[in-house]
Amino acid sequence: MFKAKVLIKRRKTILDPQGKAVEIGAKHLGLSNIKNTRIDKYIEFNVDTNNRQSAETEVNDYCKNLLANPIMEDYEFTLEEI
Amino acid sequence: MVSEMKSINGLKKPKFGVVVFPGSNCDHDTYYVLRKVLNLDAIFLWHKQTSLENCDVIILPGGFSYGDYLRTGAIARFSPIMNEVIKFANNGGYIIGICNGFQILLEAGLLPGVMVRNESLNFVCKDVYLKIENKDTVFTKDINGKSSLKIPIAHGEGNYFADAETLEKLKQNKQIVFKYCSNDGSIINEANPNGSVMNIAGITNKQGNVMGMMPHPERSSDSVLGKMDGSLIFRAMVNNILN
Repeated sequence: MFKAKVLIKRRKTILDPQGKAVEIGAKHLGLSNIKNTRIDKYIEFNVDTNNRQSAETEVNDYCKNLLANPIMEDYEFTLEEI
Repeated sequence: MVSEMKSINGLKKPKFGVVVFPGSNCDHDTYYVLRKVLNLDAIFLWHKQTSLENCDVIILPGGFSYGDYLRTGAIARFSPIMNEVIKFANNGGYIIGICNGFQILLEAGLLPGVMVRNESLNFVCKDVYLKIENKDTVFTKDINGKSSLKIPIAHGEGNYFADAETLEKLKQNKQIVFKYCSNDGSIINEANPNGSVMNIAGITNKQGNVMGMMPHPERSSDSVLGKMDGSLIFRAMVNNILN
């Protein structure tokens, strides 16, 4: 069994209005050095197989087809045996 | 109660199928307008169905399918009925996606581009004006005499985005159907409610049989509501299909 940890990041060229809004909060807190806040997605799940290669294939399929939208997002993941 | 008509001037009326996903909330409004206001043939199609029951037009209605989890439309795109909807689209069947329905069509790859959060981060619910950019689609042909249509929007993620190459293709193929405009039909920034690139409010696929639009024509199709411009789209479509 593997634990998959997936990070999905919106492409830099795509505006992140949430990040922008949160950064306004940082300014209100007086944190004047905070720049380029981006809000991305972190997803964890288990993959019930002992074969690392098939786990990778399955995680890639999950990411490409559902978890990330390849038009605007990139993803990366790690697999840790548990 | 309006008695059901099977034909218009002797021609068989097109049959509309309104797909119901868990979280759809404009399905009944759409069904009501088609059936009770426009006196057309319409049925509901549950998202777990694998048959489109010989419908001539499929409508993916507005709402918050699957709670908008992950991304709007991302999970609905994998509902069992979507395999049939995609086949239907590829065979030239007519499809309209309204609001969340538009988002589902984007996720399903039936229309190009993506939808992101409104630039303002606010959920925007108000009447807007739409300029018909392409008057030659099955959805807009013969809507005449108006510089703009007044139709409401209600969404938090209606900020349409596509890369420069995709936008160029949309322009070249005349796939942009509606743009947000002022009430005199001018395409200006102030008339853009959500930050959509080029004020885009609605597009078709290249073949012109699949349309997605963020505004809700079903919410401006009953005279009781004091606005009827949405019904012009449904009427134009029925006439164009019959012709």
